[in-house]
Amino acid sequence: MNKKRYFALALALVLAVGLAGCGTGGTDNGGGEGEYTIGLVVSTLNNPFFVDLRDGAQAKADELGASLIVLDSQDDAATELSNVEDLVNQGVDLIMINPTDSDAVGSAVAAANGAGIPVITLDRSANSGDVVAHIASDNVAGGEMAGEFIVEQLGGAGKVVELEGIPGASAARERGEGFNAAIEGTDLEVVARQTANFDRAEGLSVMENILQAQPEIDAIFAHNDEMALGALEAVKASGRDIMIVGFDATDDAVAAVEAGDLAATVQQLPKDIGSIGVDTAMKVLGGETVDEYIPVALELVTQ
Amino acid sequence: MGKFSLKGRNWKQFLSDNKPVVVLLILVVTMSFLSDRFLTWSNIITVLRQTSINAVIATGMTFAILIGGIDLSVGSVLAITGAIAASLVASGMNIILVVILTLLIGLGIGLLNGLLISKGRLQPFIATLGTMTLLRGLTLVYTQGRPISIFGSDTSAMFSKIGTGYFLGIPIPVYIMLVVFFISWYTLNHLKIGRYTYALGSNEEATMYSGIKTDNIKLFVYAVAGVLAALAGIIVTARLGSAQPTAGSGYELDAIAAVVIGGTSMAGGIGTIFGTAIGAMIIGILNNALNMLQVSSYYQDVAKGVVILIAVLLDRKQRKSR
Repeated sequence: MNKKRYFALALALVLAVGLAGCGTGGTDNGGGEGEYTIGLVVSTLNNPFFVDLRDGAQAKADELGASLIVLDSQDDAATELSNVEDLVNQGVDLIMINPTDSDAVGSAVAAANGAGIPVITLDRSANSGDVVAHIASDNVAGGEMAGEFIVEQLGGAGKVVELEGIPGASAARERGEGFNAAIEGTDLEVVARQTANFDRAEGLSVMENILQAQPEIDAIFAHNDEMALGALEAVKASGRDIMIVGFDATDDAVAAVEAGDLAATVQQLPKDIGSIGVDTAMKVLGGETVDEYIPVALELVTQ
Repeated sequence: MGKFSLKGRNWKQFLSDNKPVVVLLILVVTMSFLSDRFLTWSNIITVLRQTSINAVIATGMTFAILIGGIDLSVGSVLAITGAIAASLVASGMNIILVVILTLLIGLGIGLLNGLLISKGRLQPFIATLGTMTLLRGLTLVYTQGRPISIFGSDTSAMFSKIGTGYFLGIPIPVYIMLVVFFISWYTLNHLKIGRYTYALGSNEEATMYSGIKTDNIKLFVYAVAGVLAALAGIIVTARLGSAQPTAGSGYELDAIAAVVIGGTSMAGGIGTIFGTAIGAMIIGILNNALNMLQVSSYYQDVAKGVVILIAVLLDRKQRKSR
């Protein structure tokens, strides 16, 4: 009787772990002759933006014949560090990190540096450690684009709400900086400025609260589309007419712009960030020198 | 069987009493076949270090679950104590003082949980759900939502050694974990308060009628959980070199999983620190193994869920058949 149970357990475990591994083509990554293995540690794969980034990187890796290992940090800095350590133990040739946080990623970069593995950061930068290249959208320019668009649409005066991203994240800081620079000197007044942590559900609830508090709002600038779409639900439910501008141009947001629900969204090109990342990684591995900062272009999507 | 019968029997008895060990062994053996990088010294060290944080929290959780309680606030305790420790280190305070002060804060929070549950007669789930939310909010207020870096004073490098340092080739957090295991094991098995803890979990009324002050045991148990969560907060902060306001979110669930995989009954009274240690190892190895096998992160949670359910189902069946 006991034996049966052991057998059932063994079988289930092998199914759970083994098959999952083989199913994804779990080849060994010693970095066979000529082929490079690149690790990609993504802050979260629960956000379509980073899924796009991963897809772009994967497509480029397939094209260039590199093998790519993608790990998800689930927005937790400790998990991120564990992921990088696991990649170091696997002996990958280069690690691309999309940090959960610019400060906390320092230990992870140090772990890779200690093993002599070059690091490239994507989207968010690292505040410490040796990074050969940082690839990101020009967020300040994007924030400015959004700000200028709102100024133009409102004719230079009105009340706006700024929904901020994760406090301290460089993307949130830079987008806010660009936006506020663009509206400075105009008659636009920011009546509320709150964080919704780049999250759609929080965008909804935070906006609901702001709508209760502010009788007059003409426009909303959200640091990302998830928050913009959350805010859109709140605005729709309130029946008020408020212009919303998002950032990232995710599929949902572009559809909302086409439907006239969102006024505009700043298009980052996450797939480009991923693919330029892999491209740069291959250059580094090939011994070429690359720029420390590689900005990726942005564009404004309107109806 | 033959000539090994006696030895074999002991071995078998041990394994059938310790199902989690079987799960762990199968996991290790399977993995070493699937990846030649798995059973390397550096990877073993990595897994142990990664596991230490959850193991320390789970040890405290074991005390709470042994008396039939639960502590959901551990992740938030980790966050707020980590943040306070980081700012104290950055201010240049003596490291030993920082550690003592941080552990005392953990103790205070634990005692608060204990008071709410014993004197306040709140359900442990509700009481600690309350403090979990409260402390997460206080952490955001204290940090203003921004990470606090430990760097900027002379003692920063020394503090970060707690998380990143080595002694005789083994990471410091691993020693901390082992010391925590030992003290907890000794407390539960060789001290009066340990026996009372088991007694309270088996039968609260009987324990009360035998003249034991059950309120004091509850205070003690939640204080242990609070102190160990604070200790984990110190390790995480030292490892990362900064305290994240969102640190530790969901850690309570990993800790509960480790305790339950380790064979501790959620009803209380049954369970061991050894089981929890094995449970934490299983979760740690699973995380590491799934990364090594390049399992998509979406499937990782599926696999983890399956292993938790199997481990618990096996344990339950065994208990029933006894």
